[in-house]
Amino acid sequence: MALERKEVEEIALLARLHLEPDELERMQSELGAILEHFGALAQVDTTDVAPMTHAVPKDMQLRADEPQPSLSASEALAAAPKREGDLFVVPAIISGEP
Amino acid sequence: MTTELERMLETWEPVIGLEIHVQLKTRSKAFSPSACEFGAPPNSLTDPLVLGLPGTLPVFNRAALELALRLGVATESQIRARSRFARKHYFYPDLPKGYQISQYDEPLCENGHIDIIADGAIKRVKLQRIHLEEDAGKNTHVGAVSHVDLNRAGVPLVEVVTSPELHSAGDAAELMRSLHRLVRWLDISEADMEKGQLRCDANVSVRIRGEDRLGTRTELKNINSFRFVQNAVENEILRQIRIVESGGRVTRETRLWDANLGQSASMRSKEEANDYRYFPDPDLPPLVVDGAMMGGILRSLPELPVARFERYQRAHGLSADDARLLVSERGLAEYFDALVAAHPGSSSGRTLANWMLTELLGALNAEGKSIEDSAMPPATLAALVELVQNGTISGKIGKEIFEESYKTGEAPLAIVDRRGVRQISDEHLLGEVVDRVVAANPKQAEGYRAGKDQLFGFFVGQVMKETQGRANPVVTSDLLRKRLGR
Amino acid sequence: MTAYWSIADTVRNIVSGEITATVLVETMLDRIGKLDDKLGAYLTIDKAGALGQAAAIDQKRKAGQPLGALVGVPISLKDNLVTKDLVTTAASKILDGWVPPYDATVVAKLRAAGAIILGKTNMDEFGMGSSTERSAYQPTKNPWDTARVPGGSSGGSAVAVAAGMCVGSLGTDTGGSIRQPAAFCGTVGLKPTYGRVSRWGVIAFASSLDQVGPITRTVADAAALLQVICGHDPRDATSLDTPVPSFREALGGDVKGLRIGIPAEYFGGDIDPQIRAAIERAVAALVERGADTVDINLPHTELALPAYYLVAPAEASSNLSRYDGIRYGKRVDATDLLEMYSKTRGAGFGPEVKRRIMLGTYALRSGYYDAYYRKAQQIRALIKKDFDKAFRFCDVVLTPTTPTAAFEIGAKATPFEMYLADIFTLSCNLAGLPGISVPCGLTDNNLPVGVQLLGKPLDEATLLRAGQVIESAVGLGDRRPPGAAS
Repeated sequence: MALERKEVEEIALLARLHLEPDELERMQSELGAILEHFGALAQVDTTDVAPMTHAVPKDMQLRADEPQPSLSASEALAAAPKREGDLFVVPAIISGEP
Repeated sequence: MTTELERMLETWEPVIGLEIHVQLKTRSKAFSPSACEFGAPPNSLTDPLVLGLPGTLPVFNRAALELALRLGVATESQIRARSRFARKHYFYPDLPKGYQISQYDEPLCENGHIDIIADGAIKRVKLQRIHLEEDAGKNTHVGAVSHVDLNRAGVPLVEVVTSPELHSAGDAAELMRSLHRLVRWLDISEADMEKGQLRCDANVSVRIRGEDRLGTRTELKNINSFRFVQNAVENEILRQIRIVESGGRVTRETRLWDANLGQSASMRSKEEANDYRYFPDPDLPPLVVDGAMMGGILRSLPELPVARFERYQRAHGLSADDARLLVSERGLAEYFDALVAAHPGSSSGRTLANWMLTELLGALNAEGKSIEDSAMPPATLAALVELVQNGTISGKIGKEIFEESYKTGEAPLAIVDRRGVRQISDEHLLGEVVDRVVAANPKQAEGYRAGKDQLFGFFVGQVMKETQGRANPVVTSDLLRKRLGR
Repeated sequence: MTAYWSIADTVRNIVSGEITATVLVETMLDRIGKLDDKLGAYLTIDKAGALGQAAAIDQKRKAGQPLGALVGVPISLKDNLVTKDLVTTAASKILDGWVPPYDATVVAKLRAAGAIILGKTNMDEFGMGSSTERSAYQPTKNPWDTARVPGGSSGGSAVAVAAGMCVGSLGTDTGGSIRQPAAFCGTVGLKPTYGRVSRWGVIAFASSLDQVGPITRTVADAAALLQVICGHDPRDATSLDTPVPSFREALGGDVKGLRIGIPAEYFGGDIDPQIRAAIERAVAALVERGADTVDINLPHTELALPAYYLVAPAEASSNLSRYDGIRYGKRVDATDLLEMYSKTRGAGFGPEVKRRIMLGTYALRSGYYDAYYRKAQQIRALIKKDFDKAFRFCDVVLTPTTPTAAFEIGAKATPFEMYLADIFTLSCNLAGLPGISVPCGLTDNNLPVGVQLLGKPLDEATLLRAGQVIESAVGLGDRRPPGAAS
């Protein structure tokens, strides 16, 4: 099954991945090839089968409400590619936010 | 409401659903042990997890669960014994992981309700769900860039979603008020809207009255006060009706309310569907609520506002207005309950409520104080009311005693004795005073007997003067009438 | 010789003073300097840090202070294990130069036990690959034949261990990434039961599959490392709260009466005949020493590949959402936010990572979630059930680790061909079971062969016991990769 170019573009947008035209093309065929192998899954009867997450089942462990020391602002921003004082900086949002 | 809107509402029915986010008042964040604090210096409340650093993992805060459960129980929701956290994906600078940990398929609570008091009656509004999630940080636009502060990122929230069954802006505002009061009542949130601790989005649509199908809805955001809810929703209803009445179609979109301009503006169309790609968070096993935890929650719940509203009317004969006032805050209701408990019992709840709402609240309001700050404990006020009820002092004197006791904290009875203002009810004693007064004012006596009713007050006043205001007004009036002949 | 000391030898020699930690580290660094230009196992060598740790140990020993269970043992760490103040990149450009402010739990445990961290080893970017060819920085060569891959994604770790450039290493295994390179390089590689070892500080690839495990030259060494890194971690909500047994007790045991399950589905036509022969020799060795074989079926085996290639990319696409160049990592700047996100991630991620993110995003889209991700999670349950049933009749399941020996660099033309390299190792992760690969011979062209044992949940002990028997019977003994023999 081949993927439509439009669909690949949509997914790339959802995933915030810039793809060059040749990457897009390659992605179309590669993804298509991989997805084809998943057809086998649809054939399997999984009615009443609970999706699995843990080999040894465990329930949520909770944390006591005890605050621990935070990082200082300078530690928090130490690796930031762009900063303004103690704030992270990003380009302005396009009008119309999510 | 304008007459234009009134006219329109004869044909069109607004349908409103609310999504309200409430910050839970825990000491640390939902999934990280970083502290929760309002107004801290930027980015001073983060840790590797809050920053979304590679390799970090979430662990859920027990207190957040307990607070959320209180709300679930108080709204009579169905509580899921095993609920799941889900990841909600979107890219935004204030969302460090690129996803928000929330709940989707298996939320903590479903199918509860909030009762609102509208026009003295109780209206039940169904809730679709209450679920847990984490808050995002803060983005501030500064010209061509934005600044990001992650202090708020990770603070625990509950999201309360109502069924789309509110049909007026007023009811929407009332629901928000009810929820606001309830979360403060349950002590799960300060819900200070100026601090963003309670935030509301409204989904609004209109349809022809009598129709079943829902119209296209818009989502209104940035509503951060009760007043704004009313205005914004009304504004939106009007806007939508105008569109459909002129043959147009409402666009499904998100709109941002601008309180200064008094209108909303479109944000990006909701069609641009942010596909959130929800799936159960693999880092967090199922959230289990067991019997022991539920038992603890149930035991710790206070009697809720609406139950008290009804009880006050039923058991104490309070008016709906007075009852409503008393349940507007948990502190007031508890003070009133304590008053009733402290009172030996000859006066009615109505009398106690009267004294509390008029004298005590009056004094507190004048000083800008809340009931929690009241220096006068319920027992003291109850004692004072008893003194008036059993005739020891007159109502008028009672008010003076109240003021002094409120200021100094001295016991009412002690003040009464010190000032020597016990009421005189003895008929003999008063009889002598009445005789003296009537005898001393023959002209007025004649005038009254001749039909000048207003002179009665003069005689009462004279008796009061002679007795330093201590004469029992009822006995005095009685004796005066006998003495004056009518 | 020093380069190929075991953990036990190293600790004994340090404790006795036979060698100082400083000299040992210098020897190691020297050897790395000689060999690694050609092999490319290390991304970062922490000379100053390692010598500093060594000096501290030498100090402690002189002062007669207590020394840890791994004192002086030179360890390398796969570069997706977060190390405080030491560059960590997960072999991706997007984390180029990132210096973490915290240590992974496993790293902290190693340090507390006295181990010395020599540096960080190469891997496929973010763990996505089976040959280490997908590192954004450099290729790594198999020391047994430098025209061939070392396997992946923990290729650097396996090479460092195989060529005597460290005594032991920690890798991670999501679909075989410890066991497969271990097999290709002639080392032992163990993936513990899911939840045995903390994932705090492990750069996440697929949260429900990732586990940290040891790569070592001997089974005894694997047991020693495993002992230190296992255990509940309150910072990882998926870590198990079960007691950790003494793995040393499993060593030196026999396999009398051990039931070895041989699954038909793993011995089909595609296995290289030399691999098959070596596996058969391993089975024979076990049987000679008292084990029994049992034919079993794992009917859903064929579904493991598609299930894995849905679950893993889906979770990966989510986990990699946080790489946006805002709080850390490399950014490609732009005046528009969307452009910044897309260009940063487009430039920072390699082609395989992008492919898997796209695949994962696709699988999680609304409308596809049920058919893909959820379905795959159900298949996992069926695969696990297969093993549960089989374990009623056997104690361990034995399979080849890989269908072929190490392949040539550049040999796998399409992504899917590469995915097939993991075909025998995937089920173990999907079912959350423990698995070990133990060397069991060499092919005619001197390439190592690994045999895989899969165990019941929490039964690493049996894997170690049986693995050691195989090792002593048909292992590589003192044979070393050419060029790294001295």
